[in-house]
Amino acid sequence: MAATADGDSGAPWRLEAMLEKLNPPRIGGADLYDWDELVQEDRVHRLIYTDPAIFALEMTNIFGAVWVYLGHESQIPAKDDYITVRLGLRPIILLRDSHGKIRALFNRCAHRGTTLCRKDKGSARIFTCPYHGWSFLNTGKLRAVPWPDGYACDFNDAKYNVAQVPRVDSYRGFIFATLNLDAPSLIDYLGPITKPIDEWLDRQPKGLIRVCEANRLKYKGNWKLAYDNSGDGYHVVFSHRSLLEMENRQADVANKGMSYYKGSPDTAPMYIAYMGNGHHFKDKRPNIQKRAGGLWAVEGPAPGSEHYAEALRRRFGAKAEDILDLASSEPVNINVFPNFSLLGNHIQVFEPISVDETDVTWYGTAVVDEDGTMQGAVDEINALRMRTQEQFPNFGEVDDLANFEEIQRGLACQEDEWVYMHRGLGIPGRVKRHEDGIITAPATDEVFMREYIKEWKRLMKTAPKLVVQREP
Amino acid sequence: MQTAHDPTITSYYVTDELYRELLANFTNWQREELAIAAPEVRDHFRLLLEREARLLDELRFDEWLAMYAPECIYWVPGTPGGGDPRREIAISFDDRRRMEDRIYRLRTGYAWSQAPKSRTVRIISNVEVFATGENAARMVRSNFLISEFRVDGTRFLSGWCGHRFVQIADRWQIQVRQVNLIDCDRNLRNPSIVL
Repeated sequence: MAATADGDSGAPWRLEAMLEKLNPPRIGGADLYDWDELVQEDRVHRLIYTDPAIFALEMTNIFGAVWVYLGHESQIPAKDDYITVRLGLRPIILLRDSHGKIRALFNRCAHRGTTLCRKDKGSARIFTCPYHGWSFLNTGKLRAVPWPDGYACDFNDAKYNVAQVPRVDSYRGFIFATLNLDAPSLIDYLGPITKPIDEWLDRQPKGLIRVCEANRLKYKGNWKLAYDNSGDGYHVVFSHRSLLEMENRQADVANKGMSYYKGSPDTAPMYIAYMGNGHHFKDKRPNIQKRAGGLWAVEGPAPGSEHYAEALRRRFGAKAEDILDLASSEPVNINVFPNFSLLGNHIQVFEPISVDETDVTWYGTAVVDEDGTMQGAVDEINALRMRTQEQFPNFGEVDDLANFEEIQRGLACQEDEWVYMHRGLGIPGRVKRHEDGIITAPATDEVFMREYIKEWKRLMKTAPKLVVQREP
Repeated sequence: MQTAHDPTITSYYVTDELYRELLANFTNWQREELAIAAPEVRDHFRLLLEREARLLDELRFDEWLAMYAPECIYWVPGTPGGGDPRREIAISFDDRRRMEDRIYRLRTGYAWSQAPKSRTVRIISNVEVFATGENAARMVRSNFLISEFRVDGTRFLSGWCGHRFVQIADRWQIQVRQVNLIDCDRNLRNPSIVL
């Protein structure tokens, strides 16, 4: 399989020569549990959220064997730029090397295992281990060791180069990686969910965004609770009741934010779609009047709303409405299994820490205007867009995370074993299976949970051959 | 920052000019030559900070809001040093209306992240007052330690605050409060209290 990573000049990969076969995981996937008993048609066993052995297996069979989101190209715009991230629990230096190629190096010295880089971001051609001074080029190749006369070995042996993820690829700026050579190509893995991703990007001028810091949150609960929630239209008016009341407290018509979930959400035009490979897409756009300024009209109040709206309307007239829509939340949840979600204007990333602890990071995005076609409006709209993006993490997400923590607490009841996800199941005509394999249902249905967890179950039964690569 | 609009209802004062002034006022302001050593001045501002801490510990939000100028900012940067809020999202960046939103939400009874409510005690110390270019404006630095008990234990949030006080009608009011958590760029569990 010839994986192509961004920046690769097209030279044939000598992949096999650069790969290192790894020991099989210490816990076998197939025989750890009867997976068909744990994941049934309408319910799952509490153990999938609470068992450390299952979590350990997920770190190979999921966060290792499938394409996992690591970061956005705007976070490493220039040669030698890096950020430190995680692939499952593995510390990773995601970088653009001195030749421009994007790589995901294990943040682990080839000598004693020390992390090589301890900063969140920066620029470096060379990483020198703070412990014994071994230094590596940002291609991962060993550069020098102190006092080499004390070694009888040949340091040209590839095993002394930093291990790295063998397959790194981007889709329109979003960087994913996998340790599994048998995984499909990234584009095939994403499949039909590329369409909503394209639409999400193409509403931005030139289809570009820039990541601009994040609302960084954490909860004491299993990572799947967040992924279960990412397509869930059933919880909104309950879990987010305080937000809905807050953002409509001064509205003439209570239509701000996600107010369209009130009343009869099942018959609203929004829908949930299962898109294969664990991905799902909740499309709320049909609920919003499709017109310039339609999104801005339902955006909740934000610092500077009235000032910037009036200033832009004075300068741009009717065209201001399209610009204001860029500061408004795009009503979609585009969820790529296992850890990536586009919603509103955010890139949300789920990072497991342990079986009952997860980081949820809401990266903000800014509009980019490289050639000045926005006539300076880009700075104003970004100033407003920063404030609209702060709303949900401050006033919505915190309540979801509190509920996830309370699920984790509730699941300590060992004798009450089952967690249900059967909303919409067995109702004739409610769940629609389309020719292209996509499954759609009303936005409050749990069909996306049932389908993604089937994919999770399939992966947990496998014995993926994970490999690392080292420069030759 | 004078407008005819009611800042509790509409937001007209968060402008490019406000951001520029904010960044200027919060850059390089803790300078030795601007420090005001007079005990009565320090005491005056220290008492204001202690009162604010007590009001927040006791959830007396109306009185807390009344300590702020009508057009004010509550700013919790997500980047050490503050960053540029025009180009970066912050943990929180509230104007008057959003501060009131924040309080309104906590009072709905449906803010699950605060049900049950956290119990807090705040310790404020190391209060230093700095002069500014304006007679009627002072910058105050203080360190804080918040002990927060909720559900399954007590945790500590710590950092320092930069307060910009302005004198309006003979009363020192808080125009901007910048809350600098020492771990502001790390993932935070349940950041739902007013800091």
